[in-house]
Amino acid sequence: MEQKQEFETYYVPEQSKLPIFASLGLFLTVFGLGNWLNEMSAEKEGSGVTVFLLGFVVLAAVLFTWFSKAIDENIKGLNSVQLKRSYVWGMGWFIFSEVMFFAAFFGALWYLRNISLPHLGEGPTSELLWNDFKADWPLMTTPDMALNGEAAAITGPEATMGNPGFSKWLTWLPFINTAILISSSVTVHWAHTALKKDNKKAFNFWLGFTVLLGFIFLCVQVYEYKHAYTDLGLTLNAGVYGTTFFMLTGFHGLHVTMGTFMLFVQWLRSVTKGHFSHSDCFGFEASSWYWHFVDVVWVGLFIFVYILG
Amino acid sequence: MAHGPAKGFTRWLYTTNHKDIGSMYLWFSFAMFFLGGFFALVIRAELFQPGLQIVEPNFFNQMTTMHGLVMVFGAVMPAFVGLANWMVPMMIGAPDMALPRMNNWSFWILPFAFAMLASTLFMEGGAPNFGWTFYAPLSTTYAPASVTFFIFAVHIMGASSIMGAINIIATILNMRAPGMTLMKMPLFVWTWLITAYLLIAVMPVLAGVVTMMLMDIHFGTSFFDAAGGGDPVLFQHVFWFFGHPEVYIMILPAFGVVSAIIPTFARKPLFGYSSMVYATASIAFLSFIVWAHHMFTVGMPLFGELVFMYATMLIAIPTGVKVFNWVTTMFKGSMTFETPMLFSIAFVILFTIGGFSGLMLAIAPADFQYHDTYFVVAHFHYVLVPGAIFSITAAVYYWLPKWSGNMYDETMGKAHFWLAFIGLNVTFFPMHFSGLAGMPRRIPDYNPLWADWNMISSVGAFLFGAAQLLFLFIVIRTIIGGKKATAEVWEGSHGLEWTVPSPAPYHTFSTPPEVK
Amino acid sequence: MLSISRRSLGLLFAVAVAFLPALVYAGEWQLNMTEGVTSVSQSVFRLHMVILIICVVIGIVVFGVMFYSMYAHRKSRGAKAANFHESTTLEIIWTVIPFVILIAMAFPATSTLKKIYDTDNADLDILITGYQWKWKYEYLGEDVSFFSNLSEKSRQQIYSKAPKSADYLLDVDEPVLIPVGKKVRFLVTAADVIHSWWVPDIAVKRDAIPGYVNESWTLVEEPGTFVGQCAELCGKDHGFMPIVLKAVPQAEFDAWLAEKRAAATAIAEAAKQQLSFEELYAKGEEVYISRCAACHQDNGQGIPGVFPAIAGSAVATGDLASHLSVILNGVNGTAMQAFAEQLNPVESAAVTTFQRNAFGNNTGDIIQPIDIVNFQQDQ
Ligand code: HEA
Ligand code: HEA
Ligand code: HEC
Ligand code: CUA
Ligand SMILES: [Cu+2]
Repeated sequence: MEQKQEFETYYVPEQSKLPIFASLGLFLTVFGLGNWLNEMSAEKEGSGVTVFLLGFVVLAAVLFTWFSKAIDENIKGLNSVQLKRSYVWGMGWFIFSEVMFFAAFFGALWYLRNISLPHLGEGPTSELLWNDFKADWPLMTTPDMALNGEAAAITGPEATMGNPGFSKWLTWLPFINTAILISSSVTVHWAHTALKKDNKKAFNFWLGFTVLLGFIFLCVQVYEYKHAYTDLGLTLNAGVYGTTFFMLTGFHGLHVTMGTFMLFVQWLRSVTKGHFSHSDCFGFEASSWYWHFVDVVWVGLFIFVYILG
Repeated sequence: MAHGPAKGFTRWLYTTNHKDIGSMYLWFSFAMFFLGGFFALVIRAELFQPGLQIVEPNFFNQMTTMHGLVMVFGAVMPAFVGLANWMVPMMIGAPDMALPRMNNWSFWILPFAFAMLASTLFMEGGAPNFGWTFYAPLSTTYAPASVTFFIFAVHIMGASSIMGAINIIATILNMRAPGMTLMKMPLFVWTWLITAYLLIAVMPVLAGVVTMMLMDIHFGTSFFDAAGGGDPVLFQHVFWFFGHPEVYIMILPAFGVVSAIIPTFARKPLFGYSSMVYATASIAFLSFIVWAHHMFTVGMPLFGELVFMYATMLIAIPTGVKVFNWVTTMFKGSMTFETPMLFSIAFVILFTIGGFSGLMLAIAPADFQYHDTYFVVAHFHYVLVPGAIFSITAAVYYWLPKWSGNMYDETMGKAHFWLAFIGLNVTFFPMHFSGLAGMPRRIPDYNPLWADWNMISSVGAFLFGAAQLLFLFIVIRTIIGGKKATAEVWEGSHGLEWTVPSPAPYHTFSTPPEVK
Repeated sequence: MLSISRRSLGLLFAVAVAFLPALVYAGEWQLNMTEGVTSVSQSVFRLHMVILIICVVIGIVVFGVMFYSMYAHRKSRGAKAANFHESTTLEIIWTVIPFVILIAMAFPATSTLKKIYDTDNADLDILITGYQWKWKYEYLGEDVSFFSNLSEKSRQQIYSKAPKSADYLLDVDEPVLIPVGKKVRFLVTAADVIHSWWVPDIAVKRDAIPGYVNESWTLVEEPGTFVGQCAELCGKDHGFMPIVLKAVPQAEFDAWLAEKRAAATAIAEAAKQQLSFEELYAKGEEVYISRCAACHQDNGQGIPGVFPAIAGSAVATGDLASHLSVILNGVNGTAMQAFAEQLNPVESAAVTTFQRNAFGNNTGDIIQPIDIVNFQQDQ
């Protein structure tokens, strides 16, 4: 590929205690969580939650040490250009794996809407099993309710998160949130441009601003969830509409939380330790790619969950 | 950096060395192969005769499930990752894997994940009993409580696979020695590059589908529940979108191994190198659009059925290209038949037989008769046991002298081969017949019509198991001592890994070699 | 090499000896797929033979070349390795030929599949519902429906308490009947988990998906009895839910339907009788063993963590109404199904009486069939 490249030693770290403790932490986390969930479902008391928290603390502490160490090594100049490229590849493929994770849920939404519900709502399935259930989207009256002759508590567009019509967009929360998130992608880009010019002041400002926007986005989402649960009766248990709505937006929200946290850490690094320059800013760049990815997923959500919802 | 391994057992816990990690992967996978094989022997013992003699049906289902899971996720996948760890850096002239610490993490997650999975056998309600394909709602609403741990085990072993795959891709794309262009890479490296891509693309989908299960079980969502507008078939689509590429994840590196061994012992360069690369890529591409051939009987519309049937049939073409290339590599060579070569030749023959039955399964109307019978069991064991397992065995014999510095005992190796070869065919060939004669899979008891075939299979299984004990013995003996191996090891060997001494030094290629 | 092959010969011999008992055991050696009795099953069979033969022929050619070079081009015979390693012509040839073969296979496959999918214009509709571990058959518009369980005879043979008969695990208490010469449409669904209704002789295998109805069909020309099994893992007793399908002449079929309807009326009559404790208990034990013991076990202990015990159960020793509700309505979202439609009032009364008095549940309660009828009316 690249010709005549100067040879630099590739940094292979010494023995490290981090991975084994990270594995232990991960194990305790999921083992505790598993026990906790089973205890909740069986309505029993148990130690699940303790183990879970313990594991989480271990994992978080190890990851903190791990990242600090990687940063240290970088500052000491151990990282060759080639190693930095490894990090770039690593982050890139990690984001691709996240894309595929979301693809599974988008795929599920597509399948349920376009294949399953039509099947449930017509022919012998509808007549023989579900008391002439008719399918529509968003699904408010589930097959089960049709079977028992129940009707949805609230119907009509007000009952869903769906598109209220273009004229009302400016007061439509999901649209506002879209605007917030897209602006945050722009501001993080401005932060990047500032860094390229080594304008650290502007960098810190725009990065901090991005974190703020991320935080506002999350607050709006929490508000929206509360509204769905308390005012609309739209819950995780309300059939596939609630299921797909909360799972897609929920996982996205989790990723926004992660992304905001990552950017916040980079901001702290820059403000308190003076890290990052135009030639050395992988931590920031990786976080910003992640942020753009989260943003793109949101656009997908906005189209498929909200506008077409 | 020119130092050796650390002292004591912490060397293994804390290591960042690709060779150490490769060895740990291989040993782990060997242990899991024995565990999964032990479960298989329980199955075969119960099926020795009609009637229930040894285990109860519910436990039988747990054995089938755990056997499938442990073999697929515990034995075959880690073995190939272990081989990649050992060989990829050496084959491309890199000092180590691209991300050495993460490499160790990828490994150490696995023992925890499988400890958690195995511990479900001792939980109230028992281990997962819904098959390695864990179809909802049997695996959700109707599952034992241990399903929660199964789900998390899948999550973390998936994380391990994804990290491992990222590492391999980064290594291959970024760490090649100068002059090692993509089209000069050994085929094993190529197949792993493509496999790693498949892994990153589908493991998250598996994580997605078990997450949906988790939500259905504990949080009342209705992904797979028609009452809430969900669909059990949705589960199968998502699962097989992962599951079908998964079976190629278990065979593409095997193609790579065999493509390294056959030229060595035919003393002739691999025929059609570039077509091999394209064929591998085509198989990987096709693997994303054929998944519903596992679901021909779920009631898909005719159109879907046809599309998936045609797409599946197409896979025979690139796979055929590979088989023909191997055969042509042997043609007009100067062949010798050391143990790795014997296993590779058996691979070519028996994998092809498994491929043929796969093609028969792909014919949707015929699959209505084959589906969920022992014919399917015969098919996939022919591609997995003499496919994946034989290629791994061949790789171990082929590279063990490089790893340990000692030659294995050729006579014993050949004895292992013949025992395994016979045992395997005795075990799995009769399953074609019992399947065609109508025996469903995943049953603990059956009509006497199928008694003879089952008895033969069971005998073969124990024979095959005994052969594996011999294998373990040979490997240990070789590591302890034996005739010293030269750097080239094999007369016809080519490639960077044969330019370093045997055993390979702890650190190789700290300065990249020049590749012409 | 020679010593090796002698060793392997010896091994082969050992293996052959090991099989002798199996050969003695041998009844029939069915090697191939059944041809079946319908035009669909016969097309499927022909298709199967065609692809099998194509594969065998390709195999002979490919392995033939390989064995030839393994013999002729071995180093021990002094073979010198050639050095060719590329030929675009060859690659194209062996891409195109398989492609052509595949296209040739695709035609009969497509037409057979189309035939399988043509469920229109049926003369009779049967709704088949899979339950953990039995089938329910409903003749739509005929007012006939019943459950079909593994026969008591087979159940006795599982633990070798009795010698195994030829139809071991392939016979049921109530076979499903269809008239010959009529196109019958099967509407397949399930009540709990996924099952799959499979009868090889008519080449029908359809997954029974809970909440969805799948369609399939058959047309049998000659009377006969055909057996099959559930073909999708559905839990513990997946291996014990057979299918027996009988094709009979129309007149016989009609008579059978009438008989079924008459039996339903008789059951309603029977619900009015009063039975003694002993009668109820004995009958209840019978019902329990055949219908409940699969989960709650013969000894009433259940399987911890999977199926609760009846012995000492708070439900089976407590409030009668909730006990009846569990049995008759089932527990939603669990394997405990609603037995109201599977058991008649006499059977329900008997099994309830049995559960409240057996396994040390000495409540002394007696439940009469009329109690069941009243309970159901009150709901
Ligand atoms: C390593 C694993 C592996 C591999 C490589 C394959 C390879 C193939 N498999 Fe297999 N398969 C499994 C593992 C694998 N499979 C497993 C585990 C299951 C069961 C899962 C479960 O339910 O538990 C399964 C099930 C399975 C089914 C579902 C059956 C059912 O449940 O009803 C089908 C159906 O189409 C199928 C098809 C194929 C095909 C067409 C190939 C092709 O790739 C094969 C291609 C190869 C050849 C065809 C031979 C060489 C080619 C030539 C010599 C060229 C000329 C040939 C012709 C023109 C015919 N497989
Ligand atoms: C790579 C994967 C892999 C491998 C290597 C194997 C290897 C074997 N498998 Fe299986 N198998 C699967 C993957 C695999 N399998 C899958 C995915 C399923 C489907 C599961 C499902 O339906 O959900 C399955 C299902 C399956 C079934 C069907 C079960 C059912 O439907 O109920 C059977 C039945 O015979 C079987 C048998 C065997 C046997 C005898 C071996 C042998 O090759 C094993 C040999 C190894 C050993 C025996 C261990 C080594 C030795 C010892 C432990 C020492 C002691 C032994 C002696 C002294 C003799 N397997
Ligand atoms: C397919 C399995 C299955 C069969 C067959 C079955 N049951 Fe059950 N039964 C269950 C399960 C599972 C539960 C637990 C339900 C729950 O979680 O509340 C249960 C619960 C019960 C209970 C309540 C026990 C308790 O202490 O909670 C009674 C009583 C009962 N069944 C009676 C019967 C009778 C009578 C029959 C036969 C006519 C029968 N069952 C057949 C699976 C089964
Ligand atoms: Cu019902 Cu298997
Ligand atoms: Cu497949």
